[in-house]
Amino acid sequence: MAMELDVFVGNTTIMDEEVYQLWLDGYTVSDAVKVRMEGGVMEECEASADVLLSDTMDQYRTFQMCERLLYSPAKLANQLLFQIPPHRQAILIERYYAFDDAFVREVLGKKLSKGTKKDLDDISAKTNVTLKSCRRQFDNFKRVFKVVEELKGPLVENIRQHFLLSDKLARDYAAIVFFANNRFETGKRKLQYLTFQDFAFCAGQLINNWTVGAVDNMVEDMDVDLDKEFLQELKELKILITDKDLLDQHKSLVCTALRGKTKAFNEMEANFKNLSRGLVNIAAKLTNTKDVRDFFIDLVEKTPSCVGQIHGRHQKLYLQNVSRLKRISSPAYFFPCLSPPPPPADAVISAPPVRTFSVFDLSAVIISSLSASLLESSVCKSDL
Amino acid sequence: MPGKLKAKIVAGRHLPVMDRASDLTDAFVEVKFGNTTFKTDVCPKSLNPQWNSEWFKFEVDDEDLQDEPLQVTVLDHDTYSANDAIGKVYIDIDPLLCNEAASVISGWFPIYDTIHGIRGEINVLVKVELFNDLNRFRQSSCGVKFFCTTSIPRCYRAAMVHGFVEELVVNEDPEYQWIDRIRTPRASNEARQRLISLMSGELQRKIGLKVLEMGGNAVVGYLQCFDLEGESGLVVRAIGTACTLDKLSSGSAPNTATHTHPNTAPASNACNSPSKDGKESPLAHGCRSTHNSPVHSACSAQRLSQNFSVSVPTLIFTGMGSGGSAGKEAGPLKTLLRQQTQTALEQREFPFFTLTSFPPGFLVHVGGVVSARSVKLLDRIHNPDEPETRDAWWEEIRQEIKSHAKALGCHAVVGYSESTSICEEVCILSASGTAAILNPRYMREGCLDIGIVDHRFEDPSPPSCGFCHIPYDELNMPFPTQLTYCYHCRRQKVPDVLFTTIDLPPEAAVTGKGCLIQARLCRLKKKAQGEVNATAISNLLPFMEYELHTQLMNKLKLRSMNALFGLRIQISIGENMLLGLASATGVYLTALPAPGGIQIAGKTPGDLSNEHHILTIQKRINDTIAKNKEIYQINPPELTEEVVGSPIPEPRQRSRLFRSHSESSDEVSELDLSHGKKDAFVLEIDDTDAVEDIHSLLTDATIPTGFNSCNTEIMPGIYNWTSAVQMFTSVRVFRLSNANLTNQGLNKIFTDLCENLLKSFYFKLRSMIPCCLCHLNFTVAVPEEELIQVAVTAVAMTYDKDQTQEKPAEKPITKGCIETEEQLQFPMELCADSSSTNTQLSSKISGVQETTNVSSRAASVDYGSFADRCSTWLELLRLKAHTIRRGSVKTSRRTQSLAHSVSSLERSSPVPDGRSRSLRSTRGFGGSSVTVVKMTPLSFLPGTRIIKYLGIINMFFIRETTSLREEGGVSGFLHSFIAEVFAMVRAHVAALGGNAVVSYSMKECVFMENPNKNQAQCLINVSGDAVICVRETDQEPVPSNIGQTCTSETDGAT
Repeated sequence: MAMELDVFVGNTTIMDEEVYQLWLDGYTVSDAVKVRMEGGVMEECEASADVLLSDTMDQYRTFQMCERLLYSPAKLANQLLFQIPPHRQAILIERYYAFDDAFVREVLGKKLSKGTKKDLDDISAKTNVTLKSCRRQFDNFKRVFKVVEELKGPLVENIRQHFLLSDKLARDYAAIVFFANNRFETGKRKLQYLTFQDFAFCAGQLINNWTVGAVDNMVEDMDVDLDKEFLQELKELKILITDKDLLDQHKSLVCTALRGKTKAFNEMEANFKNLSRGLVNIAAKLTNTKDVRDFFIDLVEKTPSCVGQIHGRHQKLYLQNVSRLKRISSPAYFFPCLSPPPPPADAVISAPPVRTFSVFDLSAVIISSLSASLLESSVCKSDL
Repeated sequence: MPGKLKAKIVAGRHLPVMDRASDLTDAFVEVKFGNTTFKTDVCPKSLNPQWNSEWFKFEVDDEDLQDEPLQVTVLDHDTYSANDAIGKVYIDIDPLLCNEAASVISGWFPIYDTIHGIRGEINVLVKVELFNDLNRFRQSSCGVKFFCTTSIPRCYRAAMVHGFVEELVVNEDPEYQWIDRIRTPRASNEARQRLISLMSGELQRKIGLKVLEMGGNAVVGYLQCFDLEGESGLVVRAIGTACTLDKLSSGSAPNTATHTHPNTAPASNACNSPSKDGKESPLAHGCRSTHNSPVHSACSAQRLSQNFSVSVPTLIFTGMGSGGSAGKEAGPLKTLLRQQTQTALEQREFPFFTLTSFPPGFLVHVGGVVSARSVKLLDRIHNPDEPETRDAWWEEIRQEIKSHAKALGCHAVVGYSESTSICEEVCILSASGTAAILNPRYMREGCLDIGIVDHRFEDPSPPSCGFCHIPYDELNMPFPTQLTYCYHCRRQKVPDVLFTTIDLPPEAAVTGKGCLIQARLCRLKKKAQGEVNATAISNLLPFMEYELHTQLMNKLKLRSMNALFGLRIQISIGENMLLGLASATGVYLTALPAPGGIQIAGKTPGDLSNEHHILTIQKRINDTIAKNKEIYQINPPELTEEVVGSPIPEPRQRSRLFRSHSESSDEVSELDLSHGKKDAFVLEIDDTDAVEDIHSLLTDATIPTGFNSCNTEIMPGIYNWTSAVQMFTSVRVFRLSNANLTNQGLNKIFTDLCENLLKSFYFKLRSMIPCCLCHLNFTVAVPEEELIQVAVTAVAMTYDKDQTQEKPAEKPITKGCIETEEQLQFPMELCADSSSTNTQLSSKISGVQETTNVSSRAASVDYGSFADRCSTWLELLRLKAHTIRRGSVKTSRRTQSLAHSVSSLERSSPVPDGRSRSLRSTRGFGGSSVTVVKMTPLSFLPGTRIIKYLGIINMFFIRETTSLREEGGVSGFLHSFIAEVFAMVRAHVAALGGNAVVSYSMKECVFMENPNKNQAQCLINVSGDAVICVRETDQEPVPSNIGQTCTSETDGAT
């Protein structure tokens, strides 16, 4: 029975989580009805297709009306239009801001501009995520980006407070914002094997250690921009390749730390020099914006082939220890035993390990030797 | 100058962007009351302005305070052009005028614009300082409390029920003034909103004056409606029941039993009434209605006067004169009694009560439904100050109702309501209620408390069945019905079915569960103008009414039930059709005889194939009845073979159910009134229509397991509510695509529309199972030629499945019974509670039964004369006197009341006045979180106790759009409007310091669209009582709990 008008409004807003998900996934009403029918709601409650259609329409309308509020989730809590119990509000927000890994992988590092938005239909076709859903996710990224852009203070915390997201989701958004801001290239074929979570982890490390915020936590954009000074300092790492003594010292420190902790140890030890050189070279160029963008490609392309063989096995570990290095890097004098440059060098080295265990381990060793933060690396290991 | 109104504008938030260039707004606020306006400073470039204004003070008459709303307008300052309005808030300050209600209004209000809807919120603080005014010619009525609730509000005690109050004001509708052609839609909508707000303020004030005149202090069951008569004007009218209410200390408010028992006046338990002996009294059931259609034409003084009288189901009432027989043949004792009662009631012009449930003992006998409709032609209201025409119309109808009630031997009408349906210049005025005999004690000053009752006249009927006993004279029945002795007490006669507009009395004995029963009907009508149209409509009305009753009766039988409560019959007119919808809650009253089955009879008995067909249908019907008995758990106690026959009737003489009015009048004479057996209805299949009817009877969808539905406050058979509630409003409009539809086709569509609505409720609320949809209130309309609109407001409440069958409230109930019994000074035995299967009792019952049986056979003879009747009655008295132990009873009663007063003292300390303030302070200004406000159309919230009534909520909104498509079409438009209305109601309640609205209703939802122009307009009128309630278990509630409680409770509702 086709209704001219058909509405149902509850004093407490009624929302079916299943329908919400279908709506978020960009299903049209009729598709959603089909899915629900297949899901067996009908048998369960003796409903007819009409009833299901009317219910789905109602819910879709409700969600559309709520969508406006979800743009700034804080409003949801003190708006008067919908009476929604707090835990349900949390679900609404969390789900609205959730995204598909496949989709985010496509736009990661791209400028969140109108141009990119126009390409969403291609991405939609490629990822099998409906265009509607792509748009929502894209707009979410953009919205979060815009809001935190102007805020002081730690990025993750800002996102969490402004969008009332869970810690995990806030971190993911921080990664997205960070990548979009620095425009890291992630779309090349060679990087395809890396998942969003891999990048998110890197982003977390970079934010914590390479940004301005790592040193000073009341600066604008503190967690979004890389610390220029730090990048400058990285140039000095060249000494790790040119100075034989330092190279050896570096190697021995790394090896000590890593012995018995990685299966790739032997390969790493054998290729240490090449590895180290590749990483240091990448590090030295990071003052150049273009090179920053290609950072991840370079890591994959320009480190020795042996690393290539290892790569892919334990990507999760890569940047874990960058943190320590960064801290070390500024107060260089902190480490009397080594000349100031080396520690940063390790930092760089540690960054490359994106793909290889060995590279990571290198950094880990160095760190441990420097600041006795071996603990950190062992934590990483346990992650394995 | 008896009042000072103070307002302070604190802040705004979520304002819309008014300046595209800066994406910000320069907002300021105008505060207007009467003709005085104040302005705040402009708060530049902010969407969350902080004005923190000074206190704006208005010195005004209290008359104005009652009439006028405080008008808060938020504007965007513009240096070069006119300031743009963002939106408005109308604040009704009436709740502040009564010292028992709210003391301050403070909170976030949605800023509402009739074109854009809600645009941000504003925090306002309002206070009133009233000075005492002893002027006895005063025009104001500050301090009179208003309640929408149609029972005595919890936490009050009715010291006296004064009776009916009504008032009506008329005005020109701004939408139809010439100026409307040149002003913007916004201006016109605002003019209308403001006018209606003013008019309802005035109406309330005038009604308040009447109440003060009567010596009352409150209006209960306040029902305000407005009629948009179009060209001819705007009418706002209200009816209510004036009472004197005493506040109970919070501790003594009924607690656990609250939700099933509206007895807020524990003291009143004390009395059952000195009322007539039911046997002698004229009594009643069935329905009686008349259509009086003096059509009135504007141009000439000519009057068409057509009187129809239909009374259904079995029939017959002709003129209203005939009804007067009621008290004529009363015996001497009775006359005395009657005099008492009548003096109390008859000095009133209209002994009407808008209440639907009553303190125990108030309702003595119930007659049946009385209703009257009248078709009128509207003409322009020439002089708004003298709304005599409208007054006269209603007066006429009320007179008719009164005479109907008299005909049923009743002196009062309870559950009374009035409504209209307007289409162009034709208007149907309807009134309906339940004829009843009331305990006069509530009407006489002082009696209630003293409790001196002339015990000679005490009614021996136990409360669980007493109200069913016929109030009319058996020999002079208003319509043929089959009387039997009460199945409960075996002493007095009861009808075979009982229709009422009231709620099921909580003390009534019921078998099984109840359910919603609806009769739906569409009738095509030729398009016509003016008088011709009015005549056509009034010609159709009696047939519609008759058919609706037929349907109701059949459906009732099909469910094996014997009584309807909360009956509401709505007839709406459209240009080319009439819609009729009757809703009620069916119940099996233990006191009434089991209903007979339904038998199908063919017109031509010879035809074999036909015969077979009939047999199959018959079988289906029988199956359905059996199945329904199971579903509703109707297993009436099998008393004797004489009483309970098989549900499928033997071929005995039957009453007949006829398909048309004319037929019925012929056949009725055949009825043998002395025949006391219950019988099956015969449905005659004589044409295809009849087949269709039977089919539609059977195709009524069954309710999914886990759901129950009713349209009354109390769902019989469910007593253990849990706290989850979900109030909802649903509106559907169906466009008839088919140009040439038949009546049958229309009926089918209309039935499907209603059934589908119910189905979709069940589906949407499936997560609340087991739950009951209560107070399902359907409203139908024909907004345009091919449109049918159905709007429903109801509440879903969960209950605990495990204990459904028990009455956890048993204790309070039985206690009530016992008290009553004791005060009646009759031994328990007379009240043969169906549940007590005590052997001793049953033997007594059977003893009674024997005599009953004898007399029922010879009823007409035995009770044919007065002497006989009196003597039996006296015998009865003597019998009782034997078993009375007066002394002991009296003492026990005294101790009881003593104990009661002690307990109320003990508990009275936590008077909630201070609480509301602390509540408010916890809410805070920052508005970090929003107070949860629950809404329900019922007078209570399960699991909670109402500790304070904050005042009436009566709001009227108009919403219009010129971008219908962009707002999601008609559904999107209406969806957001309804959500906005809810939001505004909640905000006002929260600002008063409340956390719930009870007795909420959407009285009007007028929707008009013009898709071609991309336009739509909707008007909604809602009302309810703002209250503070606390969890029942909290004896001394901590304010902070409230928020939590409510939050957790509403969770369940999704």
